[in-house]
Amino acid sequence: MIVYIPGPLRSYTRERSQVEAEGATLGAVLADLDRRFPGIRFRMIDEQDRIREHIKLFVGHDQTKDLNTETGLAREIHIVCALSGGRR
Amino acid sequence: MVTNVRLLVGTAKGGWILDSDAARRKWTVSAPICFGQSVNHMVADPREPSRVVAAAKAGHLGPTIFVSVDGGRKWKEASKPPAFDKPEEGSGLSVDHVFWLTPGHRSEPGVWWAGTSPPGLFRSEDHGATWTGVDGLNKNPMRPQWCGGEGPPGGARMHSILIDPRDARHMYFGMSLGGVFETMDGGASWAPLNKGCEIDYIPGPPPEFGHDPHCVRLHPLAPDRLYQQNHCGIYRMDRPTGEWTRIGRKIPKKTGDIGFPMTLHPRDPETCWVFPMDGTSVWPRTSPGGKPAVYVTRNGGKSWIRQDKGLPPDNAWFTVFRQAMTCDARKPAGLYFGTTSGEIWASRDEGESWKRIAEHLPRIQSLEIG
Repeated sequence: MIVYIPGPLRSYTRERSQVEAEGATLGAVLADLDRRFPGIRFRMIDEQDRIREHIKLFVGHDQTKDLNTETGLAREIHIVCALSGGRR
Repeated sequence: MVTNVRLLVGTAKGGWILDSDAARRKWTVSAPICFGQSVNHMVADPREPSRVVAAAKAGHLGPTIFVSVDGGRKWKEASKPPAFDKPEEGSGLSVDHVFWLTPGHRSEPGVWWAGTSPPGLFRSEDHGATWTGVDGLNKNPMRPQWCGGEGPPGGARMHSILIDPRDARHMYFGMSLGGVFETMDGGASWAPLNKGCEIDYIPGPPPEFGHDPHCVRLHPLAPDRLYQQNHCGIYRMDRPTGEWTRIGRKIPKKTGDIGFPMTLHPRDPETCWVFPMDGTSVWPRTSPGGKPAVYVTRNGGKSWIRQDKGLPPDNAWFTVFRQAMTCDARKPAGLYFGTTSGEIWASRDEGESWKRIAEHLPRIQSLEIG
């Protein structure tokens, strides 16, 4: 499926805004993404498997805070950097 | 041989490198490094100065470490940044930001230490590429009590990781609202080292820990001499005694002995500099009275001299963070401090006179000699 990469994370994807990754759950897709682009997951998900405060994740068009969310028929994952994370 | 001086500057919006000419009069400023990311500390490895390690965090993203092997031109991210272990049950800690970096002992090439917020200690054995938690602290059953306080704005931090040049296993660190701690076994076990330190923000007799060191320094030529700029004054300790003595009382009362940074003379253990700030009322943390000054002692704290020649005489509300004052090894030594308003001030004569060498940078969080 297609994973949409926000600007702050594109240094990991050689500036690509869309990349491919696979998995039956959101967590599995992010694990696959990290295999393809090492280091990208930790910038989004902390060491306790919590989604970082200013990162929002969507399976298809539905936001989820659960990495166990099944990807099902969804064909895309959106990673969004919340406006709340902008640095002063 | 006269060498140029290189300053590594960590700011709220990235890192910069300043290079001087041989006379330390002219300075060039690099392009930004890790632009837009908060760089809390950028430190060169004295064992191999072309290696530089930087602690960074972007607004949206988690904390990480970048490593350069060519003096800061190119950077590579750590493949395993500092992160707490995930417990089998319950929820564990997560690193908010890496606050402090210390190159390891001369006998341990490749070793680095990192202090985080919330307070945690991490070690790398491969020049900063991968990091592992130090269980002797991070999993110490006393850690929740030692780190019990909420800490200052921005979170409680581990800082001032110091290594005895005579013994790689003998170390110290400072911790917000925890105090100073010491290990004799390379970090396997730790003990508080706060006796004699005042603590005016809690009632009752002085506790064993819970103090608030802002900056602790150990003199490399006299490693039994420790200095400390604390939330409650300036202190000194001469080992083997385990008791701090307040040495800041001779600074005039209207200035006071509260501040963040402290830096030591490269050759004279009796000399150190501090940058007093207003720690009264609501703690503005700015130069007292809007009159910035460095204070120096040349006799281990028995007396202090104000050094403000060249600094703004009035209406200058500088704040200088704990990592943002440093000293080069030239003769006479050069002193440098960076302000939260993005200025760097330098002295070529050990603080006797000052000149601004950079302005318009973002909030300066750290300043180190490269």
